[in-house]
Amino acid sequence: MSAPFRYADPKRARELADAIRILAPAVPTKLVHVCGTHEMAITEHGLRRFLPDTVEILEGPGCPVCVTPTRDIDAAVQIARSGAILCTFGDMTRVPGTETTLDGARTDGADVRTVLSADEAVRIARATEREVVFFAVGFETTAPMTAAILLDDPPENLSVLVSHKLIPPAMEALLDLPGADVAGYLAPGHVSTIIGLAPYEPIAAQRGTPVVVGGFEPLDVLYGIALLLRQIRDRAPKVENGYPRAVSPKGNRAAQAIIREVFEVSDGHWRGIGTIPASGYALRVPFADRDARRRFDIAGVPGEDVVPGCRCPDVLTARAAPSDCPLFSARCTPLTPVGPCMVGSEGACNIWFRYGGRAIP
Amino acid sequence: MRHSNGRISALHGAGGEMMDRLLVEHVLARLPAASDARIGLRALDDGATVHLPPGEPVLTTDSHVVKPIFFPGGDIGRLAAAGTINDLAVMGARPLALTLALIIEEGFPIRDLERILDSFAATLEACGTAVACGDTKVMGRGEIDGIAINTTGLGVAKRAVSDADLRVGDRILVTGTIGDHGMALLAAREEFHLTTALESDVAAIWPMIEPALRVGGIRAMKDPTRGGLAAALNEMARKSKTCVEIDESAIAIRDAVRGLSDLLGISPFDVANEGKAIIAVSPDRAEAVLKALRSHPLGRDATVVGMVTDAYPGRVVLDTGVGGRRFLDMPLGDPVPRIC
Repeated sequence: MSAPFRYADPKRARELADAIRILAPAVPTKLVHVCGTHEMAITEHGLRRFLPDTVEILEGPGCPVCVTPTRDIDAAVQIARSGAILCTFGDMTRVPGTETTLDGARTDGADVRTVLSADEAVRIARATEREVVFFAVGFETTAPMTAAILLDDPPENLSVLVSHKLIPPAMEALLDLPGADVAGYLAPGHVSTIIGLAPYEPIAAQRGTPVVVGGFEPLDVLYGIALLLRQIRDRAPKVENGYPRAVSPKGNRAAQAIIREVFEVSDGHWRGIGTIPASGYALRVPFADRDARRRFDIAGVPGEDVVPGCRCPDVLTARAAPSDCPLFSARCTPLTPVGPCMVGSEGACNIWFRYGGRAIP
Repeated sequence: MRHSNGRISALHGAGGEMMDRLLVEHVLARLPAASDARIGLRALDDGATVHLPPGEPVLTTDSHVVKPIFFPGGDIGRLAAAGTINDLAVMGARPLALTLALIIEEGFPIRDLERILDSFAATLEACGTAVACGDTKVMGRGEIDGIAINTTGLGVAKRAVSDADLRVGDRILVTGTIGDHGMALLAAREEFHLTTALESDVAAIWPMIEPALRVGGIRAMKDPTRGGLAAALNEMARKSKTCVEIDESAIAIRDAVRGLSDLLGISPFDVANEGKAIIAVSPDRAEAVLKALRSHPLGRDATVVGMVTDAYPGRVVLDTGVGGRRFLDMPLGDPVPRIC
């Protein structure tokens, strides 16, 4: 049996590195991706080593944990303290709210449970009489799962604290931020499997910024970067699919349909960026009784999203690399995180800390 | 004779008749005792004597808890025995004798205890190691999660091997696939609902280490348990103030481990191994040591994975296989699966 094809073949990687070097512009060029998994691939495999000095790539608002605003953490803490079972993904429990984290609430006796999928919250709800709340964070990739459980006749005691976000509006908003200087976007493959290519069109067509949908193996990332640099060289911005083995141009129509059935697009609050119009999801009227904010009478008071001295807002908007922050790896580590970019395992600071930061020459 | 419905009761830890019966009927007979000890295990004295051959005596101690207690590829008994024997083995010491202290929750099935003791004993016997003495305590329901085992190991080395004597130019060997134990336990956690067939690598490695030691040239050894290969390599680099450069493509990782690792976002470098060693060998002996390791079934997949340099003293550099390079740092703590 021959070895399975791996998307990490060093010979192909060298060929792509050559292409990147040939295509690279002479002027400083900042590429931005918006996905923790891209940052993982780049940092874990040391791919920045392949980029010429003029080209850099940074993570923008790509970590769902990191962009969840303080007010939503506060809401989750309030719900957990009220005696309900609060279910959430991995490291959401460590993100600081105004007063404490969900971990802190758990230490004080609240019932906070880590789940790996939305339907685990449903299973928990079926097994108890108590109120169960699923804290629904994540981008278009996780929103269909939340929609699916609400459409599947969940038990009465289950409600949802929705904090889902849409990626394309954040990418557009970033273009207007002074200092972001985005020369091209490596768009997230996971999100694109759901939404397809059309939502990125305004970024390329109206704003003139190249977009390439990229996969997550080392070769996928290098290929995506090469395609972006070619668009930049040719001054021909468009939406290009660099991950066709997973992403179809129209996306996942079934997932889009259930998202539309359950959610309407609303303004979204992003930590470090602020309110972005039409960048969040809210439950539609028929699902209003599943809204944990209503069930638990959450006021939704905006919290303080910025910690003094922490450059998370700049990191989340690709205006700083993690190592540009004076707190990085000094006062701020994954064990003692100051800002959310160090908490979330998809946060740029966390990834740089765990995988040794910039590549070694 | 039946008692307590086949479960451990508080009386079993109370030092009276019930405890004697538990020890004699269910514990003692299952354990290998040393034949050359003047006052041995079965004397049930306040202590035991150990016959100490010439060499440098090495002591190690470890407490073992694991969830689940029976996991794919092993159980807490095998884990406790292998863990302590392996600590001795990577010190270059022949494991002579272990103590066995059991702390058991009231209500624990005696049949499970017997299974655990049998696998503890079998692991010791494979290395010619005896149980010197032991202790049993019972705690109330909910005061402990099932069972905890503490073992102290006594070994003797010709000259003990540290984990700090790496020198520039030394080759770094790993004795087999990495990440098996940690990933098998993660896969066994019920909330993941995985069907992956993954087994822990838990094994006592002295029989593999002994012939390698005889080859000579071994400068340092360490067993990459908690914190995995990443923690162990960093510790070796830090202590020796050298740089350990590793070629990722030379490290053996099972497909199932790699797959689960990708799925959960947890690096196989960061999770525990329970039947492996990292060995630094002088360059002229590296091939011979590798050959000796491979001659034992436990070392079948041993490879040279890198070498010691002076590039970044105290740090571990990983060549990522696609041609990228990065630092491989100390893992932080309990790995949690990522979202998204």
